[in-house]
Formats: sequence, structure tokens, C-alpha cells
Amino acid sequence: MSAPLLEARGIVKSYGQVEALRGADFTLLPGEVVALIGDNGAGKSTLAKILSGAERPDSGEIAVDGEPVVFGSVEEARSAGIETVYQDLALCPDLSPAGNFFLGRELLKPGLLGRLGVLDNAAMRGRTKEACERLGVQLKSQAAPVSTLSGGQRQGVAVARAVTWAKRVVFMDEPTAALGVLQTQRVLDLIRGVRDSGVAVVLISHNMQDVKAVSDRVEVLRLGRRVARFDTARVSMEDLVGAMTGAIEHENGR
Amino acid sequence: MDRVRLRDRQVVWIAAVLALLLLTFSVLRPGSFATSFNLLNLVSDAAILLLLATGMTYVIITAGIDLSVGGVLVFSAVAATKIMETTGSLLLGAASAVLTGLAWGLLNGVLVAKGRIPALIVTLGTLGMSLGGALLLTGGVDLRAPGDLNLGLGLARWLGVPQIAWICAAITAVLALALARTRFGRHTYAIGSNAEAARRGGVAVNRHLIRVYGLAGLLAGLAGYLSLAKYGITGVSAHSTDNLQAIAAVVIGGTSLFGGVGTVVGTVIGVFIPVVLQNGFQILGVRPFWQQVVVGAVLVAAVYVDQWQRGRRDQ
Ligand SMILES: Nc1ncnc2c1ncn2[C@@H]1O[C@H](COP(=O)(O)OP(=O)(O)OP(=O)(O)O)[C@@H](O)[C@H]1O
Ligand SMILES: [Mg+2]
Repeated sequence: MSAPLLEARGIVKSYGQVEALRGADFTLLPGEVVALIGDNGAGKSTLAKILSGAERPDSGEIAVDGEPVVFGSVEEARSAGIETVYQDLALCPDLSPAGNFFLGRELLKPGLLGRLGVLDNAAMRGRTKEACERLGVQLKSQAAPVSTLSGGQRQGVAVARAVTWAKRVVFMDEPTAALGVLQTQRVLDLIRGVRDSGVAVVLISHNMQDVKAVSDRVEVLRLGRRVARFDTARVSMEDLVGAMTGAIEHENGR
Repeated sequence: MDRVRLRDRQVVWIAAVLALLLLTFSVLRPGSFATSFNLLNLVSDAAILLLLATGMTYVIITAGIDLSVGGVLVFSAVAATKIMETTGSLLLGAASAVLTGLAWGLLNGVLVAKGRIPALIVTLGTLGMSLGGALLLTGGVDLRAPGDLNLGLGLARWLGVPQIAWICAAITAVLALALARTRFGRHTYAIGSNAEAARRGGVAVNRHLIRVYGLAGLLAGLAGYLSLAKYGITGVSAHSTDNLQAIAAVVIGGTSLFGGVGTVVGTVIGVFIPVVLQNGFQILGVRPFWQQVVVGAVLVAAVYVDQWQRGRRDQ
């Protein structure tokens, strides 16, 4: 078997007194959709942040393609091809969709102006519009700040941003939480499309229907540890719920 | 969409208020208000404050505040005077003022960004330190600027307009463009809008904050040198409300104290409104204390409008 695309072992992370992760493991193989599930507070978002470089673990190891890595910053995870739709979306409400889309990797004008740091707003707007349209995110205006968008539109912008930039892995932390039935369907289709283009997806969700519909595998976190792994095709709803609540334990640390 | 229009409208509104003020005073006292002599007076009164307010605009857009500008201005002027006294070089004086201001600003930035101390407290502290330091260095007695500075740059004109005003206008214009059009400006807005999102977007938030406070300090240092040239003395006790004037100008100009929103153009208008009021009231013979009352009321109104817009947005 080839080395996992992304692997985490024994990740520990505390916030003051709260132990968010107590030796969590995680495995992602190339080209698969993994659902990361667990009860509220199980540590899913914390794990996603650590694997995206947004937080640093207190201890534990991360490997990309079997090579150990340390993500000191978001940029380092990005350069490994990892992008994330955060649960809180991580959008700047006062910036336009394009401003958010290109946040931290702004396009500059060619030539001298660019060397002075002058932004190429037209190009950024154009590419944002393209990406949003491709994903079916409807925006009335490209100039309006994100704060004027509906919750679903904001989520659409965040998803489009991550998917557009991701080279190898996209984390999606409850990407359909604010979406209607139709838009949720669209995001699920998008996840399949992303996988088919060769980018692995980690879907964090509380919706078991969605999980069953789109994932290849399921990993279950409970109280900061991975407690079970399943092939989606062969797992029942009861097993998933049982693993999340602690009724069944398949795996302890390992 | 709505809010963009509202924001744009706010700059248009205050521009209209300024225009109305200018018009009213010109109509009421055509012989004295709208003379080129008086308008030049207005411009040169506003010029130095404009530098402080432009730096303050950047800082407030990051959702910060800089109370130290007046103290840094005075300290830099004192440092420059000492250097010029010992070296006799105006150029070294200017450089030392700018560098001193920059150093104070960087100190503010480091304490805010790395020390995680609220900007209000940090800059209140450095205000005290810089003002106190200036008093210690001078023994509380104003130092005089070298005559060739006061009579040179202090009086020099290009096309009839004081050189100092040209310098301030040019710097303000460059910084207005930088804020609106460059990556540096974009990151300034992003940090004020949602610092955590900016960090997760890959913006080096701490480094950027240090630069923004450094810029505000640098501008205060330059303002110290220019005010030395203009007034001929260090003015150790004349700048204790500069910070409030600058903040008032920025806020009247439509920049949000909550960060993420604002323009230098608005700030320019916000600088001129109090100056025009003061000048107009003087010419009309209205007691000058009214200016403070009116500016205070405008300030409260500006913040009220901002709050109201935020409230609508966050619903
Ligand atoms: N920045 C933080 N500061 C303090 N505690 C935190 C922080 N982030 C997470 N925690 C704590 O860590 C634990 C795990 O949180 P996390 O957000 O990872 O859970 P989750 O599995 O994503 O839950 P949910 O399904 O509700 O999103 C919780 O107890 C939470 O209170
Ligand atoms: Mg979560």
C-alpha cells in the first residue's frame, strides 16, 4: 500500500485546562473522501486546524507522503497543497469576495506597479467570479463586502476559495451547515468532483446522510481520540452512532 | 451592496458638510473668509495634523488606536533639536526626528502585536513616556529650533503655498493610494476586519501590525520636525491633545473604530472640518469655544452612524 497522503499520530492539544485532543490519530489516503465525525467538542475542528497549519499541536507527529513535517504556519500547510474551509469560515466581513478569495496571495499588477505592491483588482475579481460561478455560488455584486452576503453565500465563498486553491487536500469543516437542500446537494457533488480531480477531501459533518452519501471512509473522534474507522460501504448508521457515543470501541490509540 | 453605498455615502456626506461650511462662511464674510490668504492659513494649520491623522487612519483600520502621537511628535522634535544643536546639520535633524518617531512607533507595535497588550494601554503608556522623556530632556523649557530651519523650511513656499503643506499633502496622497490600492493596504483592512481570518489566510498579522504602528510613529516624528520648522520651538506642552484631534478627524472621516473600514480621503475631510469651523468662527466673531462644542457633536454623530451601520450588518 502506498504511504498515506496525510497522516497524524498521537496529536495532543490543550487550551489551558481543556484537553481538545489527547493523542488523536488520523489517516488520509490519496484520492479519497474521508468523513471525520464525532460528537460536539470531540476535537474535529481542532484536528483540522492543526493539519492546516492554523494551530500547532503540543505533541504528536504529522507526515505528508510518509515524510514527517511540521506546519509552523498556514503557508507551510498550503505549500503542501492543503486548504481548509473552517467551521467559522475565516472570512473578513469588510472585504469583497475577491478580497477574501485572494487573501494572503493577492495578485499584483505586472511591472513596476506590481513591485510597489499595487493590487490587480480586476484580475482578482474576474477569477473569483469565474470560480464562484463554476461552483454555482450566486453573487449579485463583486464589490459588496462579504458582510452583506447571506450565510449560505458566505459559506459558498469559503468553499469555493478552498477548493480552488487546493492541490492535494481540502478540509471542509461542516461546509453545509448553513445551506439549503439544493445547495447542500451541490456541495456534495462538488466534493465528488474534487475527489475525481485527484484532490483528497476531509469532510467534517454531523449529517450522517451526507457522510454516507459522499465518503469512502469514516474516521470517528471521541473525547480527543480516534476511536473507530470504517469503510462507508460496509458500515451501518448504528455503528457510526455507537462509535460516536462510546457504545462501541473499535480502536484505542494504536 | 447596501452597505457599500452607505459607506460611500458617508464620505460624500462629510464632503458635503465641509463644502457647506466653506460656502456658508464665504457668503457670510466674503471679504475675509474666502481670501487666498485665509485659505492658505487653513491649509497650513491643517497640514501637520494631517500627517498624524493619516497614520492614525491606518492604525484605527486595524482596529487599534494610537494615543501616543502627540508625545512622539514632541519627543522627536526635542531629539532633532539636540542633534541639530550638536551637529549643525538640518538633514541629520530631520533624519533623527523621523527615526525617533519610527522607534516609538515600532515599540508600540511590538507591545501591541507580540505583548498582546491592548493598544489603548500601550499607547497611553508611551504617550506618558515620550512626553515625560521630552520634559526630562529639556527640563520643561522649550528648545528653540535653529534659525535657518525656522526661517528656511518654516517660511518657504512653492507656488505661494507653504512647503510644509506640500510635503504633508504629498505624503498623505501616497499613503491614501497605498491604503486603497496596495497589498499593504489590503492586509491593513483584513486585520481590522477579522485578524484571525487574516492569520489563517497567511497574512503575517504581527509583522503587519508592527509596521502600521511604526508608520504612525514615523509620521509623528516627521510631524515633529515640520512643527519645529513652522513654530520655531519644540512645543513641549502644546501637543497633549493632538491624539484626540487626530482621532476625531479620522472618525469624522468615516473610519470605523471597530476596524476594517475607512479611507484617507475621509480623514482629509475630517481634518478640515474642525479647522474650517475654528477659522470661520474666529472670522465671524463667534466665541471660539463653540468650535469645540460643535466638533464634539459631529464626532458623536459620526460614531453613532457607524454603530448603526454595524448593527444593521450584524443582524
Ligand atoms: N480556541 C480555543 N480555546 C479554548 N478551548 C477550545 C478552543 N478551541 C477548541 N476548544 C475546546 O476544545 C474542545 C474541542 O473543540 P473542537 O472545536 O475541536 O470540537 P468539534 O469536534 O469541532 O466540535 P463541534 O462539532 O461542536 O464543532 C472543546 O471542548 C472546545 O471547548
Ligand atoms: Mg467543530
